[in-house]
Amino acid sequence: MTAELADRLRIRYTKLGKIRFTSQRDVARMWERALRRAKVPVAYTSGFSPRPLLGFSLALPTGGESDAEYLDVRLDPAEARGGEFVVNPQAPLEGPAYLDLAQMLTPLLPQGIDVACAVGLPHSEESLQEAVTSCNWELEVSGVDSDGVTEAVERLLSSTTVLVERDRKGRRVTDDVRPAVLALSATGPSPRHPTNHGLTAHLAMRPRGLRPSELLRALDENLVLTRARRTHQWIDRSDARLEPLSVTGQLPGACVPDHSGQLA
Amino acid sequence: MESIWDALEPHLLSVEKPARYIGMEDGATLPSYEGEVISWLLCYPDTYEVGLPNQGLQMLYEIINEHPNGAAERAYAPWVDLEAVLRREGLPLFSLEHHHRAGDFDVLGFNLAAELTCTNLVNMIDLAQVPVRQGDRGEQHPLVIVGGHCTYNPEPIADFVDAVVLGDGEEVVGELTSVLLAGRRSGWSRHQVLCAMAQVPGVYVPSLYDVTFGPAGSQVSTPRFAEVPAIVEKRTVADLGAWPYPKRQLVPLTEVVHDRLNVEVFRGCTRGCRFCQAGMITRPVRERPAAQVAEMVATGLERTGYEEVTLTSLSTADFSDIEQTVRQIIDDPATGRRVSVSLPSLRVDAFTVGTAAQIQRVKRTGLTFAPEGGTWRMRQVINKLITEEDLYAAVDAAFSQGWRRVKLYFLIGLPTETDEDVLGIAELGRRCVELGRRYHHSVTVTVSVGGFVPKAQTPFQWFGQDTPEELKRKIILLREATRTTRGLSLRWHEAEATLAEGIVSRADRRMGKVIERVWAAGGTFQEWSEHFSLDRWLDACAAEGIDVDELVHRERPTDEPLPWDHLSAGLHREFLADDYADAISQVAVEDCRWTPCYDCGACTGLGLEHVVASPIPPAGGSQGTGQDRSNGGAIPVQLSAARR
Repeated sequence: MTAELADRLRIRYTKLGKIRFTSQRDVARMWERALRRAKVPVAYTSGFSPRPLLGFSLALPTGGESDAEYLDVRLDPAEARGGEFVVNPQAPLEGPAYLDLAQMLTPLLPQGIDVACAVGLPHSEESLQEAVTSCNWELEVSGVDSDGVTEAVERLLSSTTVLVERDRKGRRVTDDVRPAVLALSATGPSPRHPTNHGLTAHLAMRPRGLRPSELLRALDENLVLTRARRTHQWIDRSDARLEPLSVTGQLPGACVPDHSGQLA
Repeated sequence: MESIWDALEPHLLSVEKPARYIGMEDGATLPSYEGEVISWLLCYPDTYEVGLPNQGLQMLYEIINEHPNGAAERAYAPWVDLEAVLRREGLPLFSLEHHHRAGDFDVLGFNLAAELTCTNLVNMIDLAQVPVRQGDRGEQHPLVIVGGHCTYNPEPIADFVDAVVLGDGEEVVGELTSVLLAGRRSGWSRHQVLCAMAQVPGVYVPSLYDVTFGPAGSQVSTPRFAEVPAIVEKRTVADLGAWPYPKRQLVPLTEVVHDRLNVEVFRGCTRGCRFCQAGMITRPVRERPAAQVAEMVATGLERTGYEEVTLTSLSTADFSDIEQTVRQIIDDPATGRRVSVSLPSLRVDAFTVGTAAQIQRVKRTGLTFAPEGGTWRMRQVINKLITEEDLYAAVDAAFSQGWRRVKLYFLIGLPTETDEDVLGIAELGRRCVELGRRYHHSVTVTVSVGGFVPKAQTPFQWFGQDTPEELKRKIILLREATRTTRGLSLRWHEAEATLAEGIVSRADRRMGKVIERVWAAGGTFQEWSEHFSLDRWLDACAAEGIDVDELVHRERPTDEPLPWDHLSAGLHREFLADDYADAISQVAVEDCRWTPCYDCGACTGLGLEHVVASPIPPAGGSQGTGQDRSNGGAIPVQLSAARR
């Protein structure tokens, strides 16, 4: 099959351990250097100060860990044809090529950033920023005792409106964040620090993403976030909940639900 | 050794930019402590962003870790928010690699590149939970060893350090590691260790000298023991090609200054600028072989993923065959596609700008030139021999080749300076704007003015520094003179900071108590304008009975004992005094790389020679040789004809 050449790559990776203290901008720079070292033919912006065209999903807050981070890389078609990288859309599903790239990239990135897979992206696939609709989080909090955490969770879930003040482009605004809390539960004392308490949360990213720190303020002003780990990012569709790229290299496919996609 | 990571980690979410404290950079080494190991914690007394790119520290880091009995980790000054956490929690300064406690290392090694970082030096020793004064330390405490350009007058910090290394550190760190190992095997006392270190050439142990004082800034230092050298000579690596370091430059995970590959192309400078301490103390010139430069650039870019490389030195355009070297880099198909090369301290001539235009083809930001003096007379005094013809040709070339922003560096407060010299700065800037308007509708010429601080081991070491009032008056003159020219922007270094730098720069050992007071009053991060306060320095000097006027603003007699007389950068005192006299009479000297020797002492005393690949001086311009120095200011560039 002579498929059209993909002009984008989608990569799935983790951010775990000490490296979580780097910022989203830091991670972007790490990727720029790693992709150059792997000789991936990245496309650049034109103009006075060319920048590589990388697209990330929703920024992970500095200090947060993640099992599921995503990056879309736009490829330079001229260089991709002439160079070592010929990336066919969804070809990785059939061959080992994508595994090679993932294996090549991981040693070029800091410890804790492990590349699960990298696949060519068909034109029809939405960008990450457009596509991701919700995230799962495992949070660890302190500052309030076990009963207090449970009560705060119950209070929030039984409310129809929860107002939180937050910054939007430098302005203080008051938003109702209740609709963004899709699921929330207290999971008891943390195994690492018995005085800390666990929470799991499923938070909507649309119309505007709810951050873990904002969720905590909605729960109880005294709560302190000691650990945050994003476990999944989801593309919610009417009949399915899909990952932007599964660990086995599965793409969600165009908006018509893909029958091979995993159900939530 | 013990790691404090578990205690530190919960606090990192509450401090700014926590990535500064995790290490993990590509190029970092996690040293092993098995067997007999002398452990060094290499410290930079400023933030991670400022300190990480420091090439000297990175070179020593690799060299020590390659030593069979050496281990090196790194630490930078924690920012004030983390310092507050450490002090509140009783946690010490720590290394970035293993997060080991700083006080558990055998050596705390500091690089001192700027005078005003001295209070951070004291603060980091204190954060290491080590007594800040050398005399209060016991057998269990690390040795504090310092190196770097500021150590050519180490007397202000002598109270806080166990030993000072003068000059290039590549060889000394291995020798000191061996001495410390011998001391451990033989069970030497701390005093015995200090005496043994003083036997290593280039190593100065301040506590082994008796000192007597004269007027502020005058000191006589006498060895207390027969085996202690009366004069300590700096160390000089004869062949830079034998030291291709850093081999694995650290690639930071977070933003730092100079975030790019750096390759040192030569060390030393013989331009002979009389105000420049770096040029005086690093003689002679030692070039790295061009083939090695090319190799270090190619492997460095490949390994790091950087897109930008700086060829570092005090005057990179003087590197023999610089043109071919940069062409090789940008023509390399493996790396050259988007690589840009930057040359710090451009020589001021059109030829150099032509080279710059070729290589900055990807990102073209601004070009910077440093004429330093506003008139040819002034530039002869300071021996910065740039003619106006060359400056205008360089600026014209820059604007004609597409640059729209040009920055010019100047000093004020120089010896023999008149208001005419100061106003000459504005005139040069104004003419450069006019040149730019020939090519572009809108151009920016930034004139950046610093107050001159005389430095140890230079011809101007006797000169009385301008008072802040006088510097401010000159800045106001310049503001008035530049105000009406659109496109001309004036920046200046605050006169208060210039005074504080002057207080530390040429002080004697009595300054230690002042530094300790400034530190105790909260005066850390004095290189940061938001943390700097001159009053702390003036109050501390007053409390210690130090007359600032006598120390800083007094013209010192050339026969007065100086606090650094027992330390030698290779330069004869007579050479420096003669060169100062020449300066006052506006007699300039040419670059001795290509002309007969002036016997400054650097080559002869050290048994060395300049190592240059090409015996031919760089092409043309006023900075080649054989120049006619009589007419530097007398060739007016014809500007008026082209004005519209």
